[in-house]
Amino acid sequence: MAQYTAAEQGLAGLELMAKIREFERRMPLLSDEGLIRGSTHPSLGMEAIAVGVSLALTDEDAIASTHRGHAHTLAKGADFGRTMAEILGRADGYCGGKGGSMHIGVKEIGVLGTNGIVGAGIGIATGAALASKIKGDKAVAVSYFGDGASNQGVLAEAFNLAAIWKLPVIFVLENNHYAQSSAVEEMVAQPDLSKRGEAYGVPSFNGDGMNLQEVFELATAAVERARAGEGPTLLVLETYRYLGHMAGDTEIYRTKDEVEQAKENDPIEKLLAQLIEQGVITAEQWEARRNELFAEVEEAEQFARNSPFPEAAEAFTDVYAKGA
Amino acid sequence: MAETKDLVTWRALNAAMHDIMTEFPESFTLGEDITTWGTGGGTYGVTRGLKKTFGAERVLDTPISEEVLLAAVSAAATRGVRPILEIMYSDFSFLGFDGIINQAAKARYMFGGQFDTPLVIRTNGGSGIGKAAQHSQSLETLFAHIPGLEVVVPGTPGDAYGLLRTAAKSDNPTIFLEHKNMYYDKGPVDFQPVPFGQARIAREGQHATIVATQQILNYSLAAAEELAAEGIEVEIIDPRTLYPFDMDAVYASVGKTRHLVVGHEAVRDYGWGAEFVAQTVEAAWDKLDAAPVRVGGARTPIPYAQTLEAAVIPSKDDIIAAVKKTLA
Repeated sequence: MAQYTAAEQGLAGLELMAKIREFERRMPLLSDEGLIRGSTHPSLGMEAIAVGVSLALTDEDAIASTHRGHAHTLAKGADFGRTMAEILGRADGYCGGKGGSMHIGVKEIGVLGTNGIVGAGIGIATGAALASKIKGDKAVAVSYFGDGASNQGVLAEAFNLAAIWKLPVIFVLENNHYAQSSAVEEMVAQPDLSKRGEAYGVPSFNGDGMNLQEVFELATAAVERARAGEGPTLLVLETYRYLGHMAGDTEIYRTKDEVEQAKENDPIEKLLAQLIEQGVITAEQWEARRNELFAEVEEAEQFARNSPFPEAAEAFTDVYAKGA
Repeated sequence: MAETKDLVTWRALNAAMHDIMTEFPESFTLGEDITTWGTGGGTYGVTRGLKKTFGAERVLDTPISEEVLLAAVSAAATRGVRPILEIMYSDFSFLGFDGIINQAAKARYMFGGQFDTPLVIRTNGGSGIGKAAQHSQSLETLFAHIPGLEVVVPGTPGDAYGLLRTAAKSDNPTIFLEHKNMYYDKGPVDFQPVPFGQARIAREGQHATIVATQQILNYSLAAAEELAAEGIEVEIIDPRTLYPFDMDAVYASVGKTRHLVVGHEAVRDYGWGAEFVAQTVEAAWDKLDAAPVRVGGARTPIPYAQTLEAAVIPSKDDIIAAVKKTLA
């Protein structure tokens, strides 16, 4: 497993976060243009969790993501162009345009899907971990879910099952404080969500989801525990989403001041300042590097725009295994 | 090749489980109380002896947690293992429909064919032993309605063995519906896999075709004896699998008999029998001399008392009446 140091992988993490943010920044624009059908859910502001956790994983490990899953997928190693193509419903998308933003799966890197059902990934990651236990391999599974999903009943069953069987699963609770538009304070009586893990015998930790280094350290410790056969971990990570729940959200449930205040704690800006201070990169070098990254995202977008729509006949394939 | 033996259904299923777990090292089985209840084989004995042979690593007693179990086996199947999950009664599967319907049934499709989902959900349905409204439903129609699922309804011990072998080999999520009133039915088992989508002619005849599954299949066979005494020879078709289904067998039979009765224990209204009738009418209208007749469960929950339970499930006499109606 890669060993993270602020100097070396910090820069890689910074680059990945910046690239993901640029990718996600384009979502509302593409939606306004009518290129994205249905719903799309950007996660600007939450990049440090996806990137910090992924830096602790390998391609053999699995993740089960959420409706807000672009960052998780990209951080795990998905190609930006093919991910964008899937969001635009194109033939070159990972799922040939059948999944879209809420159902992106990438088998070869263990992405078991972004998911349209809130909380479903909790059970799915538990199952991927069960498969690891049955096979006797060392693969770890991560479930990303939000404060809203933490109120789904499957959480209780999954925590208990993973704890009694010591399954190699990491439950990553991204507390971005809103379940669609419902404030977490209104929807839970016990604000310390880590107590839910403790209640089921799952070691649980609170952390700053806006701090890449801290997320990486917590994830690494959880991965080591899982690979050593010591079972599940719950990480409750404080974060914030800068944009609305989805493209078109009126955001009447929160103030602009609240959003602006949250941005002062931006994970990318904070890490950049640290890296400049440590002499890892200069402001000028970063500007040049950032422009290169943005050009790569532009290329991904053009790839997606140029990808053809799937043939209508494809609508009828993949329902059952071939020959069945 | 093993010789044919007469076995009761639960023993046939148990033999299939042993053979499956031997054939597929990546298979494992799990469920509530599957090694600790009764004689150590779950509620109806099907998993008996598996833990002793294959070890606690592959035969797992689970907490009472249908929601996470159904989601977890769905995902585990996509990660290179073959789970066989026992849901004690099919009624309990409702607690985990997300895992079955939103996840397992759609994983291949949503993700563009990347994932196989070699999952078997073994469970039982049906009435007849006084288990009342929440342990007696016949849910095969609901499952058959969902794209991506295979639905198996074995009607004999031999088919129970052979179809379970095929279910375990399938790369699709399969709902394997045993019948709780047929675990002690005895019949020949030849220990061969039975392919999906091939109906079985349970009795040959030339005057009318009956398509029926499980308990209603048994009642139809009894009805056929009485009808034969009156000179009416019915042909009886057991679909074995409701998806995939074998309409060609129905068309062929109707081509001979020119009359159709469909019988099932699931609620008649909106039931799978309506689908079989509709397809036959659309595709083989010219082969019918009379309107087909459906026989099915009443639109009521299943009651407890024996007199009440018997009143809402089709009987042998209902089938005889249906045959006479279409022949009238």
